[in-house]
Amino acid sequence: MATTTESQPTLTALPPASGRAGLRGTLASEFTKIRSVRSTYWTLLVLLVVSVGIGAAITAGTAASWSHTSPSNQASFDPTQASVAGLFYLGQLVIVVLGAMTITAEYSTGMIRTSLTAMPRRTVVYAAKAAIFAVVALVVTFVAAFASFYLGQALLTSTHDTATLSQPNVLRAVVGSALYVTLCGLFAFAIGAILRHTAGTITAVIGLLFVIPILVHLLPQSWYQDVDRWLPDAAGRALSVTVGPQPGHLFSPWSQFAVFAIYTAIVLVVGAVLFRNRDA
Amino acid sequence: MIEVRGLIKRYGDKIAVNDLSFDVEPGHVTGFLGPNGAGKTTTMRLILGLDYPDAGQVKIDGKQYAGLAYPMREVGALLDAKAVHGGRSAYNHLLCLAQTNNLPKRRVGDVLELVGLSDVARKRTKGFSLGMGQRLGIAATLLGDPAVLMFDEPVNGLDPEGILWIRNLMKALATEGRTVFVSSHLMSEMESTADRLIVIGRGSLLADCTMDEFIARSSGQTVRVRTPQSDLLAKAVSEALPQTTGPQITTGSVAPTATVEADGSLTVHGLTAAQVGDLAFDHGVRLHELTVVRASLEAAFMELTADSVEYRAGPEQPVPVSGEVI
Repeated sequence: MATTTESQPTLTALPPASGRAGLRGTLASEFTKIRSVRSTYWTLLVLLVVSVGIGAAITAGTAASWSHTSPSNQASFDPTQASVAGLFYLGQLVIVVLGAMTITAEYSTGMIRTSLTAMPRRTVVYAAKAAIFAVVALVVTFVAAFASFYLGQALLTSTHDTATLSQPNVLRAVVGSALYVTLCGLFAFAIGAILRHTAGTITAVIGLLFVIPILVHLLPQSWYQDVDRWLPDAAGRALSVTVGPQPGHLFSPWSQFAVFAIYTAIVLVVGAVLFRNRDA
Repeated sequence: MIEVRGLIKRYGDKIAVNDLSFDVEPGHVTGFLGPNGAGKTTTMRLILGLDYPDAGQVKIDGKQYAGLAYPMREVGALLDAKAVHGGRSAYNHLLCLAQTNNLPKRRVGDVLELVGLSDVARKRTKGFSLGMGQRLGIAATLLGDPAVLMFDEPVNGLDPEGILWIRNLMKALATEGRTVFVSSHLMSEMESTADRLIVIGRGSLLADCTMDEFIARSSGQTVRVRTPQSDLLAKAVSEALPQTTGPQITTGSVAPTATVEADGSLTVHGLTAAQVGDLAFDHGVRLHELTVVRASLEAAFMELTADSVEYRAGPEQPVPVSGEVI
């Protein structure tokens, strides 16, 4: 029988290693994971196209109808907000999908068992996953924010009502939109760690960011004003305003951002504890 | 070396692993047997820290799994070959695992070469056949050159060539002095691969011994006798006291029986060859042949686990719903 020689392991021995598997290797691993699936590229491409495209459509439409626009509407027009509106209204939807999938895809594919066998220190895996997602999301949302802003201002040239980054609040609105959308993604990531289910996570997060604000609008005015400032998406609305007064019932833009950041931190910690303590 | 001590795991009311203790030693292929639902996969998940036990602990070379400095350098485990992201290429799948343990990149190419997947290294794994997926899973276990290897049902769904490949690989790994722990419910496969066995039923340990001991203990083992005085010997056998042929397996004692085969030989159940020889001597029966007929692993396994099968066909033996544990 000559069948037993075919598959003798012929691997060379590994060089000995010191130290232990930790965050550095796990960060590299998580970056490999996120860059090696097509859905990442599709999602980020959609984010860029939707953000820049909607911003361009709004600003181009405004420019085309500018001569028919009343002086009061011209005065209250916010060229910065108009240019980045695509990002903070629709971009957040897209980033929610990517943030959720970053962790829920591990469960839907079963990969989580392979991942945690390779690296059983779960808090490290969770932190590396969240960090790599946050960095990727930050880079792409910053590109989307600045691309939307510059394209939008170029399309508004004919109106002579364009913004520059040196004007008051403009840089805050552009940077703030990117930060807000990134935070939406991290929020979805944390909810994903808690629910471990893609569709459930996306539904829950979109409910919180989109549906609850609409329902809150139906409340009596005084209730609405008390509740609205505690909603996560108020951060995006507050940060993007550069012309005229802030909505009076909201906190200052960065305080409004802090409210959402605190919510995100809380769900990230809850997600981490569950990720660590539950059976995988 | 895997040391399992007093492991208990419950899922709700159901006890999946019930006070399980055993060692898996290096240098052997240790088969992990049990009927479906016996707790084999759960035990493996507990060993790897994927699930947390309700009691007991597992040590791998003296340490808990999560405390190993570089887990992949000490343990390679394949629980489910489908537990991969199908959108990722084979190369990137192995790369992201290797990176967690700071393993060199070229190692990924080496293991792909070893399992014969080099040509499809850049292909997404969702297009892989069952056999290719299994090879990818095995490649992952070998990334860290580990001293302990665990495989859960590795030959399920493989073609004969793939089965032979895995069988030879496991034997070769054990020959190199590694600990190889492999679960299966395919008895013929285990019989030709494993030299030690751990058998569980309903989460409890039923046997922990070598393959030879396990089969020898089985009452399925018979003794073939040729004698010109077969009537006399058959009578002597049937009058012999029941013997417990499996002292460590509580299958109950079996009344010895002798049946006459078509070729004129006698097949004796329930006595060892030595006991039959003594009996023949005592009764002055001349023996022309006295041969131990080894039971198959399958027969021995069926006998041992008859009382602990979780799901069985047929209405005549309803599965006890409660009180089957403890």
